[in-house]
Amino acid sequence: MIVQLVFALVSLVLLASAVTVVSARNPVHAVLFLILAFVSASVLFLLAGAEFLAFILAIVYVGAVAVLFLFVVMMLDVDFAALKEGFQRYAPVGALVGVVLFGELGLVALTWHSVAGAQAAIAYPMPAGTTNAVALGSLLYTSYLPLFQLSGVILLVAMIGAIVLTHRDRPRAKRQSLGRQHARQPDNTLHLVKAELGAGAAIPAAKTQKETL
Amino acid sequence: MPIPVSAYLLVSGLLLVIGVFGIFSNRKNIIVIMMSIELILLAANLNFVAFSGALHDMVGQVFTMFVLTVAAAESAIGLAILVIYFRNRGSIEVEDVTLMKG
Repeated sequence: MIVQLVFALVSLVLLASAVTVVSARNPVHAVLFLILAFVSASVLFLLAGAEFLAFILAIVYVGAVAVLFLFVVMMLDVDFAALKEGFQRYAPVGALVGVVLFGELGLVALTWHSVAGAQAAIAYPMPAGTTNAVALGSLLYTSYLPLFQLSGVILLVAMIGAIVLTHRDRPRAKRQSLGRQHARQPDNTLHLVKAELGAGAAIPAAKTQKETL
Repeated sequence: MPIPVSAYLLVSGLLLVIGVFGIFSNRKNIIVIMMSIELILLAANLNFVAFSGALHDMVGQVFTMFVLTVAAAESAIGLAILVIYFRNRGSIEVEDVTLMKG
């Protein structure tokens, strides 16, 4: 009974915060409600028996992705009131599409039933006596190892892409040039001058950077 | 007594519809559009986990893991594009992006 109560309460919080995300006037509030939605969804994951994914959602999503959103929203100095002005105009179309989509989903859900052999066709049944993390890991690192590695490659590509996209090359920045450093010869920069006694030495003009190369 | 899968289906269906509504109603603000996409992916993950729990099959949770990975990569790249777009143009109005067609 208490489980059903928690489920209903958390689902209400999830849906209410999702509504606030799409309708909030201040985008910082929208991101904070997105965090609340993720936390509520992780509670729902816990109730469905997926502990590991619940904690992944709370740690990775709330800790990294939502904070990334918050960072971008706070960093960009955008006039958000101007961005909100089309809401009244577009909302009826959005509501219409949403209602139609929900109707279609409802039709699918009402006519859905599992066939007779579905229980026998389960690919990897949950092992009894182990925790959820052990079961997930023993599946990810054996049968799904290529896909798991591929998802790591996707994250690597995303990281490199984000760095390359946002990297700004500053032309005036001073930095080390290894090629020029290695190509330097002693007579490019060093001059031995024989000084006459009591006459001093005429110091030749320093070579410019272009001459030395 | 476990929670029936139909309850999860109802919640995730509503969440998906809210996300689609967010994409349609915030045509100008690309940050809210990306947050709506996150909500839609969350609805899909909720369905995967609910069916995984109801059918006692681990594959749904494995797939949820992959969806989470792709969603994180997508939002990182999207926010990077948003930052350089803002740096070049000084606004994030999505309707201006069609100028890039040339």
